[in-house]
Amino acid sequence: MHADITLAVDGEEHALRVDTRTTLLDALREHLGATAPKKGCDHGQCGACTVLLDGRRALACLILAVAGDSCQVTTAAGLADGDTLHPLQQAFIDHDGFQCGYCTPGQLCSAAGMLQEAAQGWPSAATTDLTAPPVLDDTEIRERMSGNLCRCGAYPGIVAAISTAAPHTGVPEGSR
Amino acid sequence: MIPFDYQRAQTPAAAAAAVAAHPRAAFLGGGTNLVDRMKLGVATPELLVDITHLDLDRIEELPDGTVRIGANVRNSDLAAHPLIRHRYPALSQALLSGASGQLRNTATTGGNLLQRTRCVYFQDTTTPCNKREPGSGCSALEGYTRYHALLGASEHCVATHPSDMAVAMSALDAVVTVQSPHGRRRIPLAELHRLPGDHPEHDTVLDHGDLITAVELPPSAMAARSRYRKVRDRASYAFALVSAAVALDLDGDHISDLRIALGGLAHKPWRALRAEEELRGGPATQEHFRAAAQAELAAARPLKGNAFKTDLARTTLASTLSDLAAPGPRHEEQR
Repeated sequence: MHADITLAVDGEEHALRVDTRTTLLDALREHLGATAPKKGCDHGQCGACTVLLDGRRALACLILAVAGDSCQVTTAAGLADGDTLHPLQQAFIDHDGFQCGYCTPGQLCSAAGMLQEAAQGWPSAATTDLTAPPVLDDTEIRERMSGNLCRCGAYPGIVAAISTAAPHTGVPEGSR
Repeated sequence: MIPFDYQRAQTPAAAAAAVAAHPRAAFLGGGTNLVDRMKLGVATPELLVDITHLDLDRIEELPDGTVRIGANVRNSDLAAHPLIRHRYPALSQALLSGASGQLRNTATTGGNLLQRTRCVYFQDTTTPCNKREPGSGCSALEGYTRYHALLGASEHCVATHPSDMAVAMSALDAVVTVQSPHGRRRIPLAELHRLPGDHPEHDTVLDHGDLITAVELPPSAMAARSRYRKVRDRASYAFALVSAAVALDLDGDHISDLRIALGGLAHKPWRALRAEEELRGGPATQEHFRAAAQAELAAARPLKGNAFKTDLARTTLASTLSDLAAPGPRHEEQR
């Protein structure tokens, strides 16, 4: 059973026909050749497939492509502005935020989405006062990034990279 | 996954009718649990009725102060909403303690209530499970039971309900509104989920085709002094071993009213009515908190792998009560 859908991936419109069983992750990787999102566990537990779906971070492995019809998808490859790296990408390089790199595209999209959430004043489980704007310290970053696993254990570098890049991603001062 | 048809519903009534008309149809919300179960072969729908485009994504305050949460409101939006953070902090805390940022952005309010147990045997189609395949037996009884029930279980099923959100909603006297093919009805959230008994295949009292359209939180002064505490194997991104949602109304150092619900212990959010009764009208002291927790857990029937949870539940409940009763910054702020 098939469906005709459109997806805008990193700014480019695509029309494609998918089996209804196809996940957004498989549509991106297998149909469109967008291989920045990675397949780790394929069960929503590792975060390697994280993309920005209509601007919000989401797991592409648990979303059916047919349900994502007409959505805007940003992958880690689309974060950069041409050859100019996104501040998070540059910070991951500067702070050794990866070793093998497999989880990195998911980490980057997750961090980009997370910084937007913090900028909107969203609390996390690490926020002690739910009524005040969150302060994005290392504890907050770790909690907010807990859905992205790194088997190389590059967490200290990842936290440092996100902390360093946060001021350069358009996140207002008050929420840092 | 087996092949399935997909359609987008136009109205709640049409969605309910479409699912009711097909015995192997299912509603698709965020899909974070359903799609996973389809991959595992645990769920095998032949028709998915996508409800995420229905106009059920608002959080609104009604004239009487009730806060109505549309069934499609995403978990992250609900947790961050000012009305919830200020008036029902236990609900924000419960939502934020569940899953990950990515999952909370996708998972819906209705879907969170209807997610199914993460019992490892339920999710493994190579093992017997009465919930997945009635009459096949329960593998957990002689197996891995760290996350399994202490209270209200049966010889047929010892699974727990995995939701944090539902535990907080149960303590906040939430009411669920349901669209069925025949009309609408309201169900107190505490009566939505059921104990396994002889039919663990039924998680809730809903019939096939019943669509949850909203959750309503009644106005409650007590809810502003509420808290959700979750104990788990990792600091983040893990299901509860034990959790407690407590709302407390103090008159001086006496408890005038309270609500308690416990998570990780039963087939449904466990309203601790016994402990509430012990504490209502009495002094807010450590001694009473411990005695009430003891009384609630007296009915615990531990299994080999989860006996530690009896003590853990007692201390979690007693400490949540005493944190909430203690004068402190939170307490001062609310005066």
